[in-house]
Amino acid sequence: MKTKRMQGMFCKEYGWRGLTIFFGLFVIVLTIIIGAFLVYKGSDTFLTFGHTIWEFLGSAQWDPADSAEGGGQTGALIFIAGSLTTCGLALAIATPFALGSAVFMTEISPEFGEKFYRPIVEIFAGIPSVVYGWVGLTVLIPAIKTIFHRQVGHSVLAAGLVLAVMIFPTITTVSADAIASVSQECRNAAYGLGSTRWQTIWRVVIPASSSGIITGIILGLARAFGEALAVAMVIGQTTAIPTSIFSTTKTLTTEIAAQMGNAMEGGELKSALWTMALLLFLISLLFITLIHHVSGNQDKEEK
Amino acid sequence: MSEEKAKAKFSIHGLNLRYQNFHALKNVNMDIYEHKITALIGPSGCGKSTFLKTLNRMNDFVKGVTIEGKIQMDEKDIYRQMDPIELRNKVGMVFQQPNPFPKSIYDNVAYGPRICGIHKKAQLDEIVEKSLKQAAIWDELKDRLHRSALSLSGGQQQRLCIARTLAVEPEVILMDEPTSALDPISTTKIEELAIQLKEKYTIIIVTHNMQQASRISDYTAFFLLGEVVEYAATTDLFARPQDARTEKYITGRFG
Repeated sequence: MKTKRMQGMFCKEYGWRGLTIFFGLFVIVLTIIIGAFLVYKGSDTFLTFGHTIWEFLGSAQWDPADSAEGGGQTGALIFIAGSLTTCGLALAIATPFALGSAVFMTEISPEFGEKFYRPIVEIFAGIPSVVYGWVGLTVLIPAIKTIFHRQVGHSVLAAGLVLAVMIFPTITTVSADAIASVSQECRNAAYGLGSTRWQTIWRVVIPASSSGIITGIILGLARAFGEALAVAMVIGQTTAIPTSIFSTTKTLTTEIAAQMGNAMEGGELKSALWTMALLLFLISLLFITLIHHVSGNQDKEEK
Repeated sequence: MSEEKAKAKFSIHGLNLRYQNFHALKNVNMDIYEHKITALIGPSGCGKSTFLKTLNRMNDFVKGVTIEGKIQMDEKDIYRQMDPIELRNKVGMVFQQPNPFPKSIYDNVAYGPRICGIHKKAQLDEIVEKSLKQAAIWDELKDRLHRSALSLSGGQQQRLCIARTLAVEPEVILMDEPTSALDPISTTKIEELAIQLKEKYTIIIVTHNMQQASRISDYTAFFLLGEVVEYAATTDLFARPQDARTEKYITGRFG
């Protein structure tokens, strides 16, 4: 009787353990498979069609042949530049607002912040990107036309603004959590030495939470890099290097989204698009590594 | 020692403090003397820490606090005639848990001078060295000033916090159970330090440890349920307590 119960317990024990290991490993394996698949697909540009990595990264000549013979040009610099400028602009716009909001909701007015401000910011995060894109298209584009006297409102600026609104909640909530986790002792020490509230926030609280804030910024940047739909709606989709914030251009994601449907399987264009997808994968890998590096440094310091 | 004429640094008259409905300090009247160590003793929750925090207005941050009465420092009312920032520059505080900033040792000590507007490297170097020497920790730390303060032991962290307080050149140092989180050797070092520091500063220390109070302090106040039951020269208070409750407490019969 007793041994039977014991047997049952062991079965359950091993059963559950097996199941959790399966799920855990599955996710890891899936990530590796996706990565490997992207490498396999993306390497065709270099291996089958004989382009160099430097051409892909450094040339703005984008004219891949939509056939298996190849012979076109696969310089993706336009899209890389488009992604970098829109995301950089979005970050430059969103970060001050996000930091200000994070400080406001944790330090200046924590009660109001937790009750109303945080939920409002979280609503931002939940709005689908097509809605942002549409609102941008309807409101921003005419506004840019009127304010800056432009023929075309579609621009890097419009895309940057839309992305800024989209990544603002990510940076805000992650930063706010980091700021809120700074110990009360630390603040007391600052106040006890005769600091004003501003000095306490600026010289103690923000430096102490900097790794969390940087994590938030990188997460926001990663989201901005990955966004295709909303950007595609407002960026104008012309194949040209952006020369100012009013230029129309394309980004890595918008080009993939626009071309993947019509490109021939096994053709040069499709391969080049896969290479761009691989590049996006590597960029997000870089961001994740950066986040771990930043938070790892912080842990080391605290020991 | 009790007969020398000491000047009062703080004069407290009719101090009452309430946290919403809780009457935490009841009609406290005392003079705290300059260049002396005054110990505040009493059981947990008796109001001694609350009292300490009224002296540098750290209670201002607590919601629902109301304060009546008058606290004067050098004849200036600290709640009506002084700005809290200005007050805390003069009345430094060392907390129960060592609380260095997550910065380098140097930046911890230089923090106070920097917020007061001192930015010249040479001047800061000098202040940092002087403060660490005063806190008797210079020899231990001089070769690793740019290491993180969090890498130090608890006792070193607490002496660093004292150095950080001294760097602002306060007149008074409040210590809120500064050794309760420390080992006996670190405790001894902090006690010796307090005795050295009273030549230049007025020190008020909250302690749970009656031996500590009798070892280092010149005056002792015994708090019970928000009242000052007895306040006298330490030697007198421990040798000849006037109040039955004080006697019970210092002989360990309640607490």
